[in-house]
Amino acid sequence: MTPDTAAHPSSDSLPNAVTSNAAPSNAAPATDERFSPLHQAHVDAGASFTDFAGWQMPVRYSSDLAEHHAVRTSAGIFDLSHMAEITVSGPDAGAFLDYALAGKLSTIDLLQAKYSLILNPAGGIIDDIVVYRTNEKDYLVVANAGNRVQAVQALSARAVRFDVEVTDQSDDVALIAVQGPASRAILEATAGLTVDGELSELKYYRALGGTFRGGDVLIARTGYTGEDGFELYIDVPAAAALWDALCAAGEPFDLVPAGLASRDTLRLEAGMPLYGHELSLSTYPAQAGLGRVVNLAKETDFIGRSASEEGPSADARVLVGLAAAGKRAGRADYLVFRSSDAPVAEGVITSGALSPTLGHPIAMAYVAPSLARQGTEVFVDVRGTRIPATVTQLPFYKRQK
Amino acid sequence: MADKTELLYTAEHEWVLVDGDTALVGITAYAADKLGDVVFVELPAVGSSVAAGTVVGEIESTKSVGELFAPVNGTVLETNDSVVASPELVNSDPFGAGWLLKVTFTELPTLLSYSEYSALVGE
Repeated sequence: MTPDTAAHPSSDSLPNAVTSNAAPSNAAPATDERFSPLHQAHVDAGASFTDFAGWQMPVRYSSDLAEHHAVRTSAGIFDLSHMAEITVSGPDAGAFLDYALAGKLSTIDLLQAKYSLILNPAGGIIDDIVVYRTNEKDYLVVANAGNRVQAVQALSARAVRFDVEVTDQSDDVALIAVQGPASRAILEATAGLTVDGELSELKYYRALGGTFRGGDVLIARTGYTGEDGFELYIDVPAAAALWDALCAAGEPFDLVPAGLASRDTLRLEAGMPLYGHELSLSTYPAQAGLGRVVNLAKETDFIGRSASEEGPSADARVLVGLAAAGKRAGRADYLVFRSSDAPVAEGVITSGALSPTLGHPIAMAYVAPSLARQGTEVFVDVRGTRIPATVTQLPFYKRQK
Repeated sequence: MADKTELLYTAEHEWVLVDGDTALVGITAYAADKLGDVVFVELPAVGSSVAAGTVVGEIESTKSVGELFAPVNGTVLETNDSVVASPELVNSDPFGAGWLLKVTFTELPTLLSYSEYSALVGE
């Protein structure tokens, strides 16, 4: 048995090939291998590792399906310490971010979070990010691990005419996510964790300050799984103790450590884009269904504004959801056709898997606008066989509140 | 479950249990572990001819697709319906209930011994 390399163009051998769906296409070579501050905890928990943007991160601990289901039914804990944390501080912080990013950040509330984009002048996506306002004049920008350098460079270059300081704190900040219906109860039961407020009253995309054993921690009600959950930012030296304390508190709630494999299927079911798959330098936000993230009502100029106003051409492909019957999943780079015998592809899958929650194949794909209407039947070339699929509204999965 | 040290192996991470002129074939625990949770298995039709080194089936996990190669020239005598119905058997018992197919052959090609295969996967 060997992996089908056609399905995994970035892979060249079995151990890497089996996880290529989780890795961005711009992953750094393995020679620059980096390890999370929580690496030993993962080794102790029996994790299998994969390269993700130059980091050795857990891909699964025992079963990626069990980890996926745990997040949907109880809770999972993820190490996201590879992600990039960039602070933006100074009198012009808000105005600078309004110029550097697609959204309007100057008016968000203290401890509010906002999903945003770093665009290039042509309107393409350098990275998708989450921005937190941590103080009146301080923001935290959280970027993808694979885009750390690009994000820091873009923000630094755009900062020159503003009274603001852009600092890459990624090496000093660890990030732990607890996701799933039991996540709030687990945080409330975590020894040594105090929160400046009530988690029960914390809204989605809002954060609270807190402490863990005397050190600062930022607790945000955010995530990438489609479930209720929290993301905790903490200084690297305290991260392993916080991981252990969360795991201990989670034991009665069936909390399991969860790897990148389950994170990928969870975010796919939730219809959330992954940079390098759904998003790229040559993708306009409007194509990806992220037109609302680009604030054209903003009074001030921002990088990518004029290109965004013009928008993609009328025939530019758009991101859709695909659902199919059976068990054979279309995967990233598989082609999408109008009919079972159409000679020319009119779409391509960017992410796809057999949905663990729904039990049938799901995918996100860029297709010609004429194929994008919900209910349209298309065909996916699954290694030589065209399998019918139906254009479906995203997300595939929405939790019951 | 077969004694792993008695089995023969291929470089494609398959194991072969030879009994007279039949070969029982599955994938190794190493391969199953690298694939992750197997969710779909496609096997060749019983009675079909297979040629050594050619693709005769697929093993899909949530994350990846593995191809199943025929380790010998021969005819498919039997396939494992249980593993088609319950693909997780490939993970839970790769050397036993997770077997994939049984092939009759006339000539056995050169395959790897347990120690040779162990060296290949670094275990």
